[in-house]
Amino acid sequence: MTPILSFSRLIASLKRISPRRGIEYCFTIIGFVITLSIILMAIFAPYIAPYDPTKRVGGLLEGPNSHFIMGTDSLGRDIFSRIIYGSRIVLRVTLLSIVISFFCGVPLGLIAGYVGGKLDSVLSLVMDAMYAFPGLILAIAIAAALGPSEITVSLAIAVIYIPTYFRMIRGHVLSLKESLFIEAARAIGARDRTIIFKYIFPNVILSIPIILSLNAADAVLTEAALSFLGLGPVTAPTPDWGMDLRMGHAYLAAKIWWPSTFPGLMIVLLTLGFSLLGEGISEILNPRLRR
Amino acid sequence: MGESILEVKGLKVYYYTREGVVRAVDNVDFFMEKGETVGLVGESGSGKSTLGFSILKLIPPPGKIVDGKIIFDGIDLTELDEKEMREIRGKRISMVFQDPMTSLNPLMKIGDHLVETIMTHEEVTREEAEERALALLRDVGIMPDRFHDYPHQFSGGMRQRVMIALALALNPDIVIADEPTSALDVIVQFQILDLMERLKKQYNVGMIFISHDISVVAEISDKIALMYAGQIVEYANAIPFFEEHLHPYAELLLQSVPNIELSDQKLKYIPGLPPDLLHPPSGCRFHPRCPYAESICKEKDPPLLEINTGHFVKCFRYK
Amino acid sequence: MTSLRIYVVRRILLAIPTILILLTIVFVVMRVAGDPVSAILGGHAPAEQIERIKEQLGLNKPLYVQYLEYLWQLFHGDLGRSMIWGRRPVLVEILEHFPATLELSISAFIVSIFIGIITGVHSARNYNKPTDHMLRLYGIVTYALFIPWIGLILQLIFGVYLGWLPTSGRIDTLMEPKHITGLYVLDSILTLNIPSLISAIRHLILPSITLGIYLSGIYTRLTRSNMLEILRKDFITAAKARGLPEDTIIYKHALKNAFIPILTMMGLQFALLLAGAVLTETTFSWPGMGTFLAERIFYRDYTTVQGTIVFFALLVVSVSLIIDILYAYIDPRIRY
Ligand SMILES: Nc1ncnc2c1ncn2[C@@H]1O[C@H](COP(=O)(O)OP(=O)(O)OP(=O)(O)O)[C@@H](O)[C@H]1O
Ligand SMILES: [Mg+2]
Repeated sequence: MTPILSFSRLIASLKRISPRRGIEYCFTIIGFVITLSIILMAIFAPYIAPYDPTKRVGGLLEGPNSHFIMGTDSLGRDIFSRIIYGSRIVLRVTLLSIVISFFCGVPLGLIAGYVGGKLDSVLSLVMDAMYAFPGLILAIAIAAALGPSEITVSLAIAVIYIPTYFRMIRGHVLSLKESLFIEAARAIGARDRTIIFKYIFPNVILSIPIILSLNAADAVLTEAALSFLGLGPVTAPTPDWGMDLRMGHAYLAAKIWWPSTFPGLMIVLLTLGFSLLGEGISEILNPRLRR
Repeated sequence: MGESILEVKGLKVYYYTREGVVRAVDNVDFFMEKGETVGLVGESGSGKSTLGFSILKLIPPPGKIVDGKIIFDGIDLTELDEKEMREIRGKRISMVFQDPMTSLNPLMKIGDHLVETIMTHEEVTREEAEERALALLRDVGIMPDRFHDYPHQFSGGMRQRVMIALALALNPDIVIADEPTSALDVIVQFQILDLMERLKKQYNVGMIFISHDISVVAEISDKIALMYAGQIVEYANAIPFFEEHLHPYAELLLQSVPNIELSDQKLKYIPGLPPDLLHPPSGCRFHPRCPYAESICKEKDPPLLEINTGHFVKCFRYK
Repeated sequence: MTSLRIYVVRRILLAIPTILILLTIVFVVMRVAGDPVSAILGGHAPAEQIERIKEQLGLNKPLYVQYLEYLWQLFHGDLGRSMIWGRRPVLVEILEHFPATLELSISAFIVSIFIGIITGVHSARNYNKPTDHMLRLYGIVTYALFIPWIGLILQLIFGVYLGWLPTSGRIDTLMEPKHITGLYVLDSILTLNIPSLISAIRHLILPSITLGIYLSGIYTRLTRSNMLEILRKDFITAAKARGLPEDTIIYKHALKNAFIPILTMMGLQFALLLAGAVLTETTFSWPGMGTFLAERIFYRDYTTVQGTIVFFALLVVSVSLIIDILYAYIDPRIRY
């Protein structure tokens, strides 16, 4: 059973996090630096990118050189600029999908856990079925059925993670209910509902950052995968890492590696940033789970 | 006096935890002779297991032997590396554990435990090893037809018998038994104790018998070492120890044992809390609970002195 | 009835609602939320063509009739007909591509288990030392590796620059072994066709390593945490106290015990394996279900896309069913 935290115990446990746990802090900091740099890159793209990412600015498929540090693609566009601008779409979709799954999963979990009974069983059954389904394939189905756009792709990705939030919140509510029931026998105090909402926050707050960052890592990978499969959120001239990787892939056999390798590397870096962040935080916040 | 087999000098074993340094064994001296049984008693958390494990150099991290010597048969074990220690473990010094339910590999047959141990240390064929394993099982009272059974088919008492067979498999000089009966129910406890007494003589092994229960130790030990807060506070032959224990802790402890012969069966508790080994008290560690404490006890740590021949005590009351 | 048989029956009964829910999800996604007609014809199409498509797919009927028809057809093993070329039955086409996916999945699974267990054991053995930290990082990094990107790097090194291995397809042209199981490696062995075997294995190496590396990180973590758990157990200390060599303790005592929970978790990774296979196949033009699905999405072959998704759903449910039953068979404690 999940241990029950009150506000004061939450603060106490946050204070107990000592800065001596070397490697976890290392992971977290590396993850944080990677993620933050890419976010900054997206925000300040116009100031960083040397060229317009959608215009032809050089020869076709020029290798990395002093003008184009990552070379140019098959249409003579600067790959470096495309990578910088490409961060925008993936981050937007990631953010949107996280928001959607959070605001669907959390209320559903609260309701299911609080109301219980038939509603709970049905919701749980549906969520479990969704959870068991391969996420990417579900996303492919949704994106293919709805027709690709920024919203639909975000929705497709969000659906994968709704069960995770649902399960977490529901679990917390149930264990709270159980322990409050025991306490209620001793002292009849505040009403169940207020207590549940008062206690839910401190208990969930420790798991949220972990799930959020792992969700973000998965969202980046799924967005890239959908783009790679031609179901991405944007169309032709707009830069998108997954789509650029796919287009560059065709030139691999001719030893032209730069149009595909660099966008792919960015996907890996951003995912890694989020995962390291999540791993680090989870190790720091939940030392029980260590080893 | 017999021939000395083990001598521990100034041993310090500390656990370096996140909260601080736990001085689980702090400056312990003791010695034992061949074939002798030493009962190591003390309340829970006084460092008995740590001392036992440190003799085999099996202290789990974050524990470390910080200082001191463990001289076994003329060799200082603290100087040996892992490979050399493996030659000692099981063959010359072996161990019986507290919880027989978890001390056997659940996926391995009982017999194979023995065969594996024998074949690790001696150049014998599998047939010879099996034969010896069967003989050992017979000695501890297990039918040969159970050789191919798995641990979960055995009761706790039976498993402890297997552990004892394992400990004796290579005729070691010393068996360290860490509360071998604490996890068993009372009747089985007596059976196991009987078995250990009998086999101890039959195999002529020395034994360090660890327990928090002084009445259990009383039956089986030649000598008693009383531990308090990581230190040995009194060390003597069993009879003098029970007749004229010197340390105030021993006095309180023996009063607290429910005496079956006494009609009122009153259990006297020792007042005060067991010490926190993270922040041990200054001076003599027992002084906060000691009815005879004086000002010097707060300031200075008393030395372990030999008051009568072979009777050591660590207290300022004896000089 | 034996307890095992009761368990099997109950487990199968429990799978039925899951299957129904999954089928409903697919229906809702494909027909209710999505717009099949525009998905098939694109944005603008003449009205009569829209009518024809609607007629053809039964889309002009009320939704609940469509839903019941959909379930009824599936119940009879009918996934409909493809909308392009020969209008072949979808199930037939899927079954043609399934062995390729199976072959890739099996060999990638073996690769991942192999890497995962070695690294996990090594990590646990050096707990909290630099090796452990490096291998933990490996566990995190592999999961972040975007499959097409690992594939691309491997293709670049071993295919393009070194020229050692092929970078696409399942086998060289005209080398297909006689069809027995559809798994080329197995078929070549069964027919003792050495050239086919070599060709099949050469094609299999890079995709399997790609997918294998991606999945291995999970097994690294799984093995590590299970090994750490086991290494703290009393019987390991007891084994050390008997002076057994470290390798014996690690492999014979600890790994064997850690293996049961690792095996249990493996089944849960099947969905990830399938999703990974889709990306690996498209990267290596591996003619399996993933490539097939991507291709039919491109051609807007609506019925085939829907059928393939349904097939994936059924596959996942059946595999988890089979795995659960297998565990119950192996471990009697699960059965109640
Ligand atoms: N792995 C460890 N990490 C940190 N501290 C430990 C560890 N093992 C033991 N200790 C501490 O060392 C002290 C001595 O423990 P030890 O197990 O040796 O006592 P014990 O006398 O055997 O007690 P018991 O009768 O409960 O077995 C205790 O204070 C304990 O908290
Ligand atoms: Mg102990």
